[in-house]
Amino acid sequence: MKNMKTLLLSAGAAVMLAACGSGGPSASSDGERVSIDPNPFPSTYEPYPSEPTIIQNATVFDGLGGVIEGGDVLMVDGEISAVGEDLEVPEGAVVIDGEGRWVTPGIIDVHSHLGVYPSPSVSSHQDGNEVSAPVTAEVWVEHSLWPQDPGFTRALAGGVTSLQLLPGSANLFGGRGVTIKNVPARTAQGMKFPDAPYSLKMACGENPKRVYGYGGGGFPGGAPFSRMGNVAGYRTAWAQAVEYKRAWEKYEEEGGTPPARNLELDTLKGVLDGDIRVNMHCYRADEMAQIIDMSKEFGYQVTTFHHAVESYKIADMLAEEGICSAMWADWWGFKMEAYDGIRENIPMVHNAGACTIVHSDSEVGIQRLNQEAAKALADGRRVGIEISEAEAWTWLSANPAKSLGIFDQTGSLEPGKNADVVMWDADPFSVYAQAELVYVDGALMFDAASPEDNPVMDFELGQPGEGDVK
Amino acid sequence: MKMKSLILGLSALALAPAAGAETIVFTGATVWTGGSNGVIENGTVIITDDQITAVGAGIPVPSGATVVDADGKWLTPGIIAPFSRVGIVEVGAEDATDDTSASRSRFSVALDASRAFNPSASTIDVTRIEGVTRVVVAPSASSSIFAGQGFVADTSGDLAGSITKDGAFQYMELGESGANRAGGSREAAWRFVDGALLDARTFPARYMTHELGDSLNRADADAFRPVVRGDMPLVIRANRASDLLEIVRFQYENPTVDVVIVGATEGWLVADHLAEVGIPVIIDPFDNLPASFEQLAATMKNAERLIAAGVPTAFAHLGDDGHQARLVLQVAGNAVANGVSHDDAIAAITSVPAEIFGLDDLGTLAVGKTADIVVWDGDPLEVMSSVEAIYIAGEAQSLESRQTRLRDRYLSLDTSEHPLAYSERD
Repeated sequence: MKNMKTLLLSAGAAVMLAACGSGGPSASSDGERVSIDPNPFPSTYEPYPSEPTIIQNATVFDGLGGVIEGGDVLMVDGEISAVGEDLEVPEGAVVIDGEGRWVTPGIIDVHSHLGVYPSPSVSSHQDGNEVSAPVTAEVWVEHSLWPQDPGFTRALAGGVTSLQLLPGSANLFGGRGVTIKNVPARTAQGMKFPDAPYSLKMACGENPKRVYGYGGGGFPGGAPFSRMGNVAGYRTAWAQAVEYKRAWEKYEEEGGTPPARNLELDTLKGVLDGDIRVNMHCYRADEMAQIIDMSKEFGYQVTTFHHAVESYKIADMLAEEGICSAMWADWWGFKMEAYDGIRENIPMVHNAGACTIVHSDSEVGIQRLNQEAAKALADGRRVGIEISEAEAWTWLSANPAKSLGIFDQTGSLEPGKNADVVMWDADPFSVYAQAELVYVDGALMFDAASPEDNPVMDFELGQPGEGDVK
Repeated sequence: MKMKSLILGLSALALAPAAGAETIVFTGATVWTGGSNGVIENGTVIITDDQITAVGAGIPVPSGATVVDADGKWLTPGIIAPFSRVGIVEVGAEDATDDTSASRSRFSVALDASRAFNPSASTIDVTRIEGVTRVVVAPSASSSIFAGQGFVADTSGDLAGSITKDGAFQYMELGESGANRAGGSREAAWRFVDGALLDARTFPARYMTHELGDSLNRADADAFRPVVRGDMPLVIRANRASDLLEIVRFQYENPTVDVVIVGATEGWLVADHLAEVGIPVIIDPFDNLPASFEQLAATMKNAERLIAAGVPTAFAHLGDDGHQARLVLQVAGNAVANGVSHDDAIAAITSVPAEIFGLDDLGTLAVGKTADIVVWDGDPLEVMSSVEAIYIAGEAQSLESRQTRLRDRYLSLDTSEHPLAYSERD
């Protein structure tokens, strides 16, 4: 993302022109080449004001696999200032007694449709799948994002401080995802995680061929009808993207007439350039293996397989390839490609040394991802996979942050990082634990003890249940 | 019942099993009885064949009995999933494997889901090994507000003998779903109910000359009669407070009908009315989102408030109820985290559903009850606890499922000797 930022900063004229709404390639300040604004919908998120705050004498999971008993966490100016024992209390700091409490990095969910399939689930709110064609890499999920989804507040109460919103899995290429801070805002831009890389959502298997293909009645119809049709569809698009990238590179080197702008291929080129991260919905192990070969054919890296219910069958391969698996603890059976789901998937992937993430894909599941991790941890231990709680927390914060490309900013309790912090009233691997305090960039965004201070989205204002315990 | 009074009249020691009878004694456990004994620390439970013959502390072990040392463990009655589709759907998205609904059938009330039950379904083992010994199974509504008759089954997988109770209830949907199925409005759904009542009450007279009644055809009207008489509970899906109040009114007007509500997301708003008329509810304590306009008052406190008002409240996991009915334990744990007592939470997945569905011999650990027993390695509601042993009607059950077999096959990914498909050779 550094690159993107530099480009923007050095090309003020281009930004200006793009802002004027030309939408096409813009003349750069040197007047010789046009370039494409990679960030036309920039984040306007700013951390909210916060007071220096120290939580003392808690059990602290540092997010890197370590635990400090009787630890302190100090947050200053929205950042983690220090983590350790018996920290000095800055003058005027808010002091919170963490005795009997647990402190963790905020949970990061890499797979959510909050805001794009929001509550209430009425017909007007079905904005998560652009089913008009199997390849819609040109759509950006942030353009569907309704920031008033009450689900964001429930996720916050569950300790979720950042999340990736993804288009659905109807398409081969579903479009761009976006990473957001779980802080209410008036606009989608107001929630966007500053400088987070973009992602591309792709989907394997049943969904694309079900939605297209025979189309359950004919619409939209057309390819793909089969898994081999899926792969042909991906490869056709990647081949076009390779040509597009080549055309731009040629233009950048030699000048001449700039290539015609193609929004779909802009996204795919972004992947080939290494700027956009591939997040692929894929259940079956054999399909993941095919996708890995395809990524090598076209020269990109799959960042994360989502759902990945069969990752346990190829965990060694995923470790070798450096690909994350974002998984449920125990979902299975709702369709054929989920039939081989097992409760030990998460710990078995971890045990193979592969990147392991607990995800939700659910407005209900996102509220208690800590419990999903707990179930997986316990299931693993019963088959002899010994993982500590502190280590298992990497499934919830650090690994998701790495997958999203924001680990330099959040995902662990290290000095200098965003103070995205949760204090739990009990061991968060217990079903009885509740998030007591949730901080985003050091600002207290959720306080279980004072419901009147917690967010109420516009939709719930004046409705039965407004401000109730959620 | 004769046996029950016999047992009650004798001391535990006097219960020397008859020749051939099998006696199993669980010792040292924290026993959640669900009855007047409450929770017994260091308790003993004795089962003889398929029945519980003693529950208490300090009970001597009968000679010849098999002893299960449950020191430090928890014992509960078998968990009852009070609303599910376990065993009538194998793969959700594969219609051929899904008998939950019948949108092209001309029958509704008369459909009997027990005839589609497959004790060999993979969901049975998967559900059982999490401690669920009985499942309440409902058909799904499709073309009518009436879905048909649900049943109760055990999770033993016994092909011939798994059904605990067929015709256990009739299931119908009101609210938005019912409105849609009845022609487009809530009034249309209620009118359909009124017609069905009349059809059943005047059966068979009106069908002498006509095939169709006001709402139901001949077979459906016949099947609705036990509901009208109160011999078969009527389980109604509804969520909005105003819909629940209409059901309360319906109950007053039709006192013989044994009404149960499932869903009841806004139940807390009308809890006193539900309690007064004695309508039990089956809720999913996870429901805290305004998922629809009939669930705007959803709150994590629904369970606590309903129970506090005296409404008999059972807990179900209503999301993917074909495959994830096992999550009743987790939802119960979350209810405790949100104010429900531990005791009430376990009751909501054992004794309360047993009462709702008239399963008199199930749901508690008491002398004379059927020996559905689960041994846990810790607090049963904790997500990290697990099941160590399961007995259904006194028979020890396997802790294997298709999932554990897959797990065991892939614990090692070594294919240097042979493909993993030959893993059973080892």
